[in-house]
Amino acid sequence: MVTLLEKPASFPGGLHLPPEKSQSLTEPLQSAAIPPRLTVPLSQNIGEAAEAVVKPGDTVLRGQLIARSLGYISAPVHAPTSGTVSAIGDYPVPHPSGLSAPCIVIDSDGEDRAADTGLKMDNVYQEDPADIRQRVRDAGIVGLGGAGFPTAVKLNPGPGRVVDLLVINAAECEPYISCDEALMCCRPNDVVEGIRIMRHALHAKQVVIGIEDNMPNAIDCLQNELTRLGETHIQIKVIPARYPAGGEKQLIYALTGEEVPSQGLPIDIGVVCHNVGTAAAIARAIHHGEPLISRIVTVTGAGVNQPRNLEVRIGTPIAALIEQCGGYTDEVARLLVGGPMMGFALRTDQLPIIKTSNCVLAASAQEAPEPPPPHPCIRCAQCVDVCPASLLPQQLYWYAFARDMEKIQDYNLFDCIECGCCAQVCPSHIPLVQYYRFAKTEIWDMEREREKSDLARLRHEARQERLEREKKALEERRARARKSLDKKPKAGNADAKKAEIEAALARVKAKKSEQADVMPLNTENLTSEQHTKIEQIERRRTGKTDGA
Amino acid sequence: MLTAMIAIGLLAALFGLLLGYSSIRFRVDANPIVDQIDALLPQTQCGQCTFPGCRPYAEAIAAGEADINQCPPGGETTIQALADLLGIDPKPLNAEHGEHTEKKVAVIDEQTCIGCTLCIQACPVDAILGAAKQMHTIIAAECTGCELCLPPCPVDCIAMVPVKKDIRQWKWPYPESDQPEIAGIASRVASS
Repeated sequence: MVTLLEKPASFPGGLHLPPEKSQSLTEPLQSAAIPPRLTVPLSQNIGEAAEAVVKPGDTVLRGQLIARSLGYISAPVHAPTSGTVSAIGDYPVPHPSGLSAPCIVIDSDGEDRAADTGLKMDNVYQEDPADIRQRVRDAGIVGLGGAGFPTAVKLNPGPGRVVDLLVINAAECEPYISCDEALMCCRPNDVVEGIRIMRHALHAKQVVIGIEDNMPNAIDCLQNELTRLGETHIQIKVIPARYPAGGEKQLIYALTGEEVPSQGLPIDIGVVCHNVGTAAAIARAIHHGEPLISRIVTVTGAGVNQPRNLEVRIGTPIAALIEQCGGYTDEVARLLVGGPMMGFALRTDQLPIIKTSNCVLAASAQEAPEPPPPHPCIRCAQCVDVCPASLLPQQLYWYAFARDMEKIQDYNLFDCIECGCCAQVCPSHIPLVQYYRFAKTEIWDMEREREKSDLARLRHEARQERLEREKKALEERRARARKSLDKKPKAGNADAKKAEIEAALARVKAKKSEQADVMPLNTENLTSEQHTKIEQIERRRTGKTDGA
Repeated sequence: MLTAMIAIGLLAALFGLLLGYSSIRFRVDANPIVDQIDALLPQTQCGQCTFPGCRPYAEAIAAGEADINQCPPGGETTIQALADLLGIDPKPLNAEHGEHTEKKVAVIDEQTCIGCTLCIQACPVDAILGAAKQMHTIIAAECTGCELCLPPCPVDCIAMVPVKKDIRQWKWPYPESDQPEIAGIASRVASS
C-alpha cells in the first residue's frame, strides 16, 4: 500500500537546468492552420503499427477511422480533418534513423467536417471499466508525455491488481517544452474531467497531480478548477523543479518514497502514472466523441521568430508550424523534435507532427552548440552522482565501448531512461547516451537473431527427421514387396507363371473392351462436316500422288 | 599412525565409490560443448564452411578438425563468440569460405517457375512451399539466405534480394567521432 508523502522525497541525482519556457508562454495558445496535405503515419506508438482501412481516392471526415489497431499493444489512427486520401505508402517520418515508414496522406478539403465517431459516453461513471478502456482504445489515445504507450493498456491494472495511487504527471521537467503548462492553463476542465474518468476506470484509491514548483499559473488554474467542481478526491502535490522529475519512476519516488522495481512497472507497487495531456485527450474522447487527432506542440528556440504553443492536427508538416511562428531567424542552427535533453535532430522540416511530438526546437548555435571532440574517460564519477536511476553510467560506458553486451546488462542497462544527465556533466564530453542507445538496440537485435536461428535449427532438424522417416517407410515398403514375392510360386514353375501372364492379359483385354463399349473410337460417329473434310484431304493426298 | 592410514584409506575408498557411482548414474552421452557451439552458429545451413550444415561444423570445431573462422553468415560476431566460449584468440574471417554480406532472402520469379520441386528438395529448412507442377513460393520469414536453392533450379528463376530495412528494427550506430550527429544535445555535451 503506497502512501503519499507530506513533503515530497528527493530522487537521487538529477540536474538543475534553466527552464527556458517563458519565451513560448508569452503568446496565448493558438490553433495551427490546417495544412493542404497531412501525412499520418500508421505507427505512432510503442507496439504494433495500425493497418489502413481506407484506400487512395476515399473521402474521409474528421475523426473517421483510417487505420485499425492490430494486436493488444496497438492503437488505431483517425483522420485529422476531412478530405480525400491521396496516397498510402512510405514517407519520411520524424525518427532518428531518417528512414521512411508507411503513412496515409490526406488532402484536406478545407471544410473540416466531423464524422460521427460513436465514442461519446453519456454516463461514463456508470459504465464498466472494460467498456471505458475499449472506448479509449477506439479513440486511438496513446501516452502524450512522449513515449506513446497505448493508454488503454495502461488503464488495465491486470486481474487481481489494485491501484492504490493514480499519479498524473504534470511535471514537464525538460527545458523549452511548455505544452503541458499551456494545456493546464487553457483547458483545466478537460484535464480534471479526464482524471476523473481515469480514476473511475482504475478504481484508484488515491489520485494526485504531481507538478513542478516553477509553473505557478498552471497550479492556480488547476486548483481553481478543482475547487469550482467541488472535487475532493484529487489533490495537487508540488515538487521542487529538477530534471528529470517528470520521469515516471522519479516522480513516483518523489511523491511516495517508493521505488519501482528494476525492469518492473509502477503497477508492481500499485501505482499507475499518466500524463496530464493524456487525461485531457480522454475527456475529449469520452465527453465530446473526439478521437486523438490533434495535440499541443511547443514551437520554440532562438531559431524561430515567435515561439509559442500551437494546437496542431496530427500529420501537419513541421515546416507549416515554423511558418505560423514567423519563420526561421538568422540564428537557426539545428532543428530538434523533442527537448534538448531527450530529443533528436531532424534532417529536414518536411516531416509530419505525430502523436508523440511534444516540441519542435529550432535551436541556435548557442542553444545547441557543436560538441567538442570526446576525450578519454578519467573516471571522475560525476556521471554516477547525477544519474536519477541510481545506475553506474561509467561502467555502462566502458562495456558499451568494448561492445560487451553481456556484462553491460549486469549493470542494469535497461533501467536507463536516457535522460542525458550523465552526458551533460561529463568533463570529457563523451556522448554517453549514444553508447547506451547503441547497446540497447544491439542487444534487442541479437535477441531477434537468436530467436530466428533457433527456429531455423528446429526446422532443419524437423526436415532431417522427415527425410529419415520417408527413407525408412520406403525401405519397409520394399522389404514387404520382396517378402510377398518370396511367398509367390517359384520361377521354376513355368506353367503357373504362364497361367498368371495369360490371366493378366485377359484382365487387360476385358478392361479395354469395357472402355470400348463405353466410349466410341474417334473414327466412328463422324459428322457430315468431318466426312467432307476427310474426303477433301484424301483427294488432295491421292491427287498429289497422282501428280508426283 | 596406523589409525591415520586406515582412516585415509577408508575415506579414499568412500570417495572412490561415490565417484564411480556418479560416473555411471550421471553419465553425459553427447559432448555438451557441441551444443554450446551450435547455439552460437547462425543456423543458415549453407555449407560455406565446407560442412553439410551448422551441426556438423560445430562437431568439427569440438573435435579440433575445423577452425572457428569459417562461417561467413556468422561473421565477426560469431567468431568473437566462439573465441570467448573456447577460450582462444579470435581471428579474421577466412576469405576462402566467402564474405560476410548483408542479409538476403530468396525470391522465385513465378512467371518462370516450372514446378519441378528441385529447389524444395534442396532447402535445408523447408522454407519453400509447393508441389510437383504447382507454383513454388519461398516463405520469406523462414528463408535463411543460404542460397542452396539457386544451383538446382533448371530455369534459373530464383534471385536473392536484400531484406528490406524496417524502421522498427533500426539500430543506433556505434558512436564514432566522425559520424554525423543524429541525436539531440544531451548526447553531446553543451558547454554550459
